[in-house]
Amino acid sequence: MLALLWKSVPDLPASRKNGGKMEKYILEGATGSWEIVVGLEVHAQVISKSKLFSGAATAFGAEPNSQVSLIDAAMPGMLPVVNRECIRQAVRTGIAIGAVINRVSKFDRKNYFYADLPQGYQISQLYHPIVGEGSLLIDVDGEEREIGIERIHVEQDAGKLMHDQHPTKSYIDLNRAGIALMEIVSKPDIRSPAEAGAYLRKLRAILRYVGSCDGNMEEGSMRADVNVSVRKAGEPFGTRCEIKNVNSVRFVQAAIEYEARRQIEVIEDGGKIIQETRLFDHDKGETRSLRSKEDAHDYRYFPDPDLLPLELPESFIDECRESLPELPDAKRQRYITHLNLTPYTASVITADHETAAWFEAMLEYFKEPDAKIATAAANWLTSELFGALKKLGRDITDSPVSPKQGAELIALVADGTLSGSLAKQVFEIMLETGQNPADIAEERGLKQTSDTGAIEEVINKILADNQDKVEQYRSGKDKLFGFFVGQTMRAMAGKANPAVVNELLKKLLAA
Amino acid sequence: MTRLTDLGVTDLRDGIAKGDFSAREVAENFINATNEAEKLNAFITLTPDHALKQAEEADKARASGQLKALSGVPLGIKDLFCTNGYRTTAASKIIGNFVPPYESTITEKLFAAGAGMIGKLNLDQFAMGSSNETSAFGNVISPWRQKNDDAALTPGGSSGGSAAAVAAKIIPAATGTDTGGSIRQPASFTGITGLKPTYGRCSRFGVIAFASSLDQAGPMARSVKDCAALLEVMAGFDPKDSTSADVMVPNWEKLLSSDIRGKKIGIPKEYRVDGMAPEIESLWQRGIQMMKEAGAEIVDVTLPHTRHALAAYYIIAPAEASSNLARYDGVRYGERQTPEGSNLADMYSATRAAGFGDEVKRRIMIGTYVLSAGFYDAYYIKAQKIRALIARDFEAAFDKCDLLLTPATPTAAFALGQKQDDPIAMYLNDVFTVPASLAGLPAMTVPVGLNDQGLPLGLQLIGKPLDEQSVLNAGLALEERAGFTSQPEKWW
Amino acid sequence: MSVINASIVRKIAKLACIAVTEEEVTAMVPELNAILGWGEQLAAINTDGVEPLTSVIAQSQRLREDEVTVPDIRDALLANAPEAEHGFFTVPKVIE
Ligand SMILES: [Mg+2]
Ligand SMILES: [Zn+2]
Repeated sequence: MLALLWKSVPDLPASRKNGGKMEKYILEGATGSWEIVVGLEVHAQVISKSKLFSGAATAFGAEPNSQVSLIDAAMPGMLPVVNRECIRQAVRTGIAIGAVINRVSKFDRKNYFYADLPQGYQISQLYHPIVGEGSLLIDVDGEEREIGIERIHVEQDAGKLMHDQHPTKSYIDLNRAGIALMEIVSKPDIRSPAEAGAYLRKLRAILRYVGSCDGNMEEGSMRADVNVSVRKAGEPFGTRCEIKNVNSVRFVQAAIEYEARRQIEVIEDGGKIIQETRLFDHDKGETRSLRSKEDAHDYRYFPDPDLLPLELPESFIDECRESLPELPDAKRQRYITHLNLTPYTASVITADHETAAWFEAMLEYFKEPDAKIATAAANWLTSELFGALKKLGRDITDSPVSPKQGAELIALVADGTLSGSLAKQVFEIMLETGQNPADIAEERGLKQTSDTGAIEEVINKILADNQDKVEQYRSGKDKLFGFFVGQTMRAMAGKANPAVVNELLKKLLAA
Repeated sequence: MTRLTDLGVTDLRDGIAKGDFSAREVAENFINATNEAEKLNAFITLTPDHALKQAEEADKARASGQLKALSGVPLGIKDLFCTNGYRTTAASKIIGNFVPPYESTITEKLFAAGAGMIGKLNLDQFAMGSSNETSAFGNVISPWRQKNDDAALTPGGSSGGSAAAVAAKIIPAATGTDTGGSIRQPASFTGITGLKPTYGRCSRFGVIAFASSLDQAGPMARSVKDCAALLEVMAGFDPKDSTSADVMVPNWEKLLSSDIRGKKIGIPKEYRVDGMAPEIESLWQRGIQMMKEAGAEIVDVTLPHTRHALAAYYIIAPAEASSNLARYDGVRYGERQTPEGSNLADMYSATRAAGFGDEVKRRIMIGTYVLSAGFYDAYYIKAQKIRALIARDFEAAFDKCDLLLTPATPTAAFALGQKQDDPIAMYLNDVFTVPASLAGLPAMTVPVGLNDQGLPLGLQLIGKPLDEQSVLNAGLALEERAGFTSQPEKWW
Repeated sequence: MSVINASIVRKIAKLACIAVTEEEVTAMVPELNAILGWGEQLAAINTDGVEPLTSVIAQSQRLREDEVTVPDIRDALLANAPEAEHGFFTVPKVIE
């Protein structure tokens, strides 16, 4: 369910919603207006077969502790060796956000004791991360904003602690321990919950385009730490609080709003914000201090002596760059300029790589898809197919209709075989039976006819049966033309080509 | 006829190959010798079944003409190497009953080459100590005694069990590990030969970590040649260790030659430290003389930052140790302490308080402190910079010479208990060995003589990175000229 | 730099997760001061422009191929556990 939250809300360009001008997000307090400052640290699980430092599997949902190597369990004398694929994915992600790729990076140990952390330290990258500064373009209410990205570093995930299994014990499952994460740290450039949402959706889209993370929040493969502070306009940054491990866009937005209001209240009551770690309780919709677990944390970072500096040859980086697909911003631009799609439709289709891939698979059916075909395909995809999928509660990845079938349907409309309304009927049947549209039209006789002889015969009969109305029309009651069209279409069970019907009716009524 | 236990690694190997004796006889003789030597407390766990099984394999291999590099040679294994199915303790209570389901790369290589394991050797707890007094399994007693004095002496540490057992001839050779001198100092104290190879030569996979950037395994044996033969099997690139050197392993034994004519031997003046015993100074002079006699050229060199090496070492090693030992928390293995009503943090603290010995705790405390907020730059980064300067000193010295000759220890072996209450006095034991550790250089101690009390003294040879051959060759030249044949009188 | 006192020793012990008695704290104060005092002498040495040496190996990090090489070894792992139940390691209940 949570996973759907990411998808169902494409970034709607606001020009469509409120005709332009984005309003600044301001919270009114007792002492005046407050601005919020937000930075996000997103932990994205890297897609790889094995863990960052061990050959244990990473598949989701395995039996507890069945995907744990001696290294992951921190058995005495065990040593880490870096997984090439995890490094490759971090570099590809870095290139995708236009970031600096650091030719030399290093692994550091972050030391703390917790039952989900077997080594007593997390191998991470503090001092020399693999990816430096980059940025993301977000679109909120029709206005584009660039959100800076400070860095991306690679680190190990921790295991999972379960507290509900036993009255006096916690259970530890280390399957997740050691899986590679990218920590993507934004600059404190975000100014509203809506921007935070747009940032997360855009980041998720890019990760999925790149194929470095599946973005599945439900399974925990994407989690956000949210740093929030408030200030009066023009003042320096206030003290921030970090809300840990928030696992949906909606919760991130709710947490920001709650936390900002809480901070304003504290300050306006004469209090001070203490820098601390907090937790978002989504049942109550509030944030809570986590101080108990945090007290006296001093992570004692130092370079991991079990690992050497990671030096990336140019060829490695080139290979990463060349392996990247077309990214959403570029794709959207191409759709607008080359396919003549509206910016809105282009945004909707490129919002996730699966929709874009589906769309492009449709276009592949046509030898030379022109702007007209592309627009027809795009409109059908975003209205008819999306509508049908929504009703079915399905995703585009398990659409009952294939891109090829969709393209065939568009082609049948384009060549006049199907009218718009016939196409809708055929599509309904396609959804039910999975049959090809041409077969459906053929078998069920849903083809549109342009046979002038047949249509003329029908029209002559209608005119003969409705002499009175013909008289009225001829004496100037033009509005009756619609009546004759309707009668003709009904008589031909909707299969007559409307253009032909119009033309013949005009001719015969004039006679 | 000489007893089989008088023979070292290569003699045993060759004797088995020739059919002078069977591997089984060899194993049985050493097993008996270890059984008779309980008073030395050199072993934590005896594993005669392993030695006998390997001996059986060796005898079969000989019959079928399939002998391997170490077929039929039984060894002692420092109890810091994880051995599959055999208890591995690091001489601590915290993993006092730990049986690894895996094998260290080094023991795997040794066993694959036909060597057997007589037992797991005692050591300073987690290899932290220079006298073998920090073991949770009791002190190792040196087989050596001063003239007319029955006082128990230290065999040195941390590879004290290895040193004592080899010196007492209850095993032909042993594995050791050296972080700041833990092979070389005990070898020197017990009149045996010990080699710490270049950092990265021997895999650290499956060796319980003390200080990862310094830890290096190596052989401890009765001769230079035996060290060469053992190291050939132990060394080699291991993809499971990211710090393993991806370089070829030379045939050190075959290429061994005491002809060091024309070699330049550097004498670093900074190794003449305050409080060094006069007998050490005269031993050093004798060593220099021997090198000259062997045709080497003696050159004076300077290693100006050497005097800061110990201070840097006692920041870096504890820092790494404090992190490496965080895994001993009583959750996944080892001894757990759960005082009444304790939460997770209480369990950790109680487990670690009960499981670690005083010296281990001391070093964890130091390491935790030097890495903590506000002190990291002043201590840890500063020490790493000093480390860089020390490495540079060696590099500059090696522009002028091929090898360095220095004392191995500032004194001969001391009585157990003598320095136990003074950590700094204890740490000073490593003053000559630590610099090469910080620079990752190969270094070896060779016994050169006895002091007036009849205790062995050794000298240290330090070589260029990966140039174990020169170290071994000069060691052999020293060994031949020193003609060290003294043995402790059997009292155990 | 700083001088170690009893409260610093207690703080470090807490960070290091080692329970200490008051006696141990008292004993550690002079020991740690002596050892760290030694380290403080390093402050006087000029290290301007010197890069800290973290590794003596003249190699860069090797990368391994992304392959699953470890089978399910849960039983072997849990065999050494002080406490395990239903395939999990267990600890006293953590209240978050
Ligand atoms: Mg964070
Ligand atoms: Zn992180």
